[in-house]
Amino acid sequence: MKKYQGISIGLVVLAAFVAFNSAYIVDETDQVVITQFGEVIREPVTTPGLNFRIPFIQKSNYFPKNLQGWDGDPGQIPTKDKTYIWVDAFARWRIVDPVKYFQTVGNLVSGLSRLDDIIDPAVRNLITSYRLVESVRNSDRPMDTYKLLEQVSLGDMASTGDAVSADMDEDIKKERRSKYRINVGRSKITQKIMAQAQPKVDKFGIELVDIKIKRINYVADVRKAVYGRMVAERSQIAEKFRSEGRGEASNIRGDKEKELQGIESLAYKTAEEIRGRADAEATAIYARAYGVDPEFYSFFKTLDIYKNTLDKETTLVLSTDSEFMRFLKGIK
Amino acid sequence: MNWDWDKLREKQEQYEKKRSTGGGGMPGPPNLDELLKKLKNFRLPGGILVLVVLFFVFFGSSIFFTVDVDEVGVVQRFGRYDRLTQPGLNFKFPASIEKVTKVKIKRVYKEEFGAQSLEDYSKRTFTRASADVDAALMLTGDLNVAIVPWIVQYRIADPYNYLFKVKNVTKILRDLAESSMRTVVGDRSINEVISKREEIAVEARQRLQEELRQADTGIHVVTIEMKKTNVPEPVQHSFNAVNEAIQEKEQLIYKAREDYNKAVPAARGEARRVVKDAEGYALKRVNRARGDVARFSDIYNEYVKAEDVTRRRLYLEAMSEVLPGIEKKFVIDSDQKNLLPFLNMGGGTGSLSALKGQGAEK
Repeated sequence: MKKYQGISIGLVVLAAFVAFNSAYIVDETDQVVITQFGEVIREPVTTPGLNFRIPFIQKSNYFPKNLQGWDGDPGQIPTKDKTYIWVDAFARWRIVDPVKYFQTVGNLVSGLSRLDDIIDPAVRNLITSYRLVESVRNSDRPMDTYKLLEQVSLGDMASTGDAVSADMDEDIKKERRSKYRINVGRSKITQKIMAQAQPKVDKFGIELVDIKIKRINYVADVRKAVYGRMVAERSQIAEKFRSEGRGEASNIRGDKEKELQGIESLAYKTAEEIRGRADAEATAIYARAYGVDPEFYSFFKTLDIYKNTLDKETTLVLSTDSEFMRFLKGIK
Repeated sequence: MNWDWDKLREKQEQYEKKRSTGGGGMPGPPNLDELLKKLKNFRLPGGILVLVVLFFVFFGSSIFFTVDVDEVGVVQRFGRYDRLTQPGLNFKFPASIEKVTKVKIKRVYKEEFGAQSLEDYSKRTFTRASADVDAALMLTGDLNVAIVPWIVQYRIADPYNYLFKVKNVTKILRDLAESSMRTVVGDRSINEVISKREEIAVEARQRLQEELRQADTGIHVVTIEMKKTNVPEPVQHSFNAVNEAIQEKEQLIYKAREDYNKAVPAARGEARRVVKDAEGYALKRVNRARGDVARFSDIYNEYVKAEDVTRRRLYLEAMSEVLPGIEKKFVIDSDQKNLLPFLNMGGGTGSLSALKGQGAEK
């Protein structure tokens, strides 16, 4: 009895162990490659749930099915216009062929290092072959910088103000704009990086979902120079505003002067006209009245003048020949 | 382990001693030795009972679970997604058959990017802080450097996608948030980055949401909130200088307008005064003329009637009016030729000064 009992317990335990070993769970995020003595024997299991295998002989190798992240090693890369920048890229990928992946890569960590080897150089290649602005900008949407800078250049040119300067102005505008103009753009560059990297990861059973540039920054030395340029650009703009202010103020002052002189001279003109008319009228009135007998007028007026001009300061010397004194020597 | 048991024993002994000496003391723990003895007495049936109880306690705890109001439970049977459970008490098959993961779908999570959270981070580690300053440092479309810190607030909208479709969702969220923000900022000038934060937030949110949707992350972006955007410290003063220059410009213009307004209306008033003055002159001139003429005409009319006598009368009247006012009067006989040497010209001024030259000649 006791012996049987022992054996039966042993058998139950063994059966439980075997059952336990033959069953395996596939999670929602997993896919499993079943191998027998290290050899892949069936299609990989991708539907989640409970599954069975031959215990001890078969082994299940788990690989993630969900989207994985890859973070690039930010490196110093020169762009086509010889600016040194730090580029930090990241990629998202998934294992689409777990068997290939199992055979060529094995585990997740070495998978990531394979991606390092492939994506990093691809990023490097493409960033190097474009100007910095191509990697920074995504679309060619107009920015209000253009307007500001154009105004600056227009302002400079306007002072010379002749026909030749108009063409030069166009050129400057074009040059300034093309500095920030792009032909490719960030998303196209990342697409190109993808196109370069994808064929190389096919053999690992990996699909790259996308590669994106997370950060682009100037390296420390360049940053200092850029700050210098920013400061210069700003002070240029500040000066422009200041001189605009001065110009506008002068313009207003000119308006003021013009207005004042206009007002003053118009008033003078009107006043003189009025005076002239009045003088003319007065003259006409006098002429009409005095013209009747000019001789009497001069006699009459002269007497008036005598009355007004001869006063006590006057010394009067009268000859007895004069009309007034002729009776003094007696009546002739 | 042994050491613990020894200690326990010691304590027990102490209690027993206290009891025996008659002190109140605390009731001692049940005697373990006795319990063990009891167990030995029951042997098989008792052992099974204990095992069964233990079994139920163990599985029971993994059969019931509660889901809080702000979350849902995602139940997986043998790893396969089975169902969603709502808040409240729920049941499932015991552990290792069914597994539940609770996801807080109503909570709004927050991810910060940039310098604003510097203080929080620097308390923890220094490296994190510097990494985060870099997160806010970005290139604008005109190749300037801006500091753009921001916050993403998000909610888990689809717990299935959130749990199973993407590994490490938070990491992907952060990466995508940085990448979409830089894409938006990269297409704008430094001016726009500083002055049009709302516009940037809206566009970045759209981009980020689209990326997250494509990646099946199950995340809904609630808002993107921009903190104060700025330029790096070394160039800040030059940006301030631009603002000052704008102020200065406006001030200059206002000053000039003020001058204009001060002078021009006053000048208009003055002009009106000048014109009125002239009008006054005109009135005076004409009226005087008319007056003069009227007087003359009246006299002339009478004069014509008796020309000679009126002429004489007018002359003599004038003389009688003028002569009394003149203090120095000399009468010279027309026959006397040399009067002038005797003429005292001492007090002579005014009209006589013309004669002085003649006297000196003599």
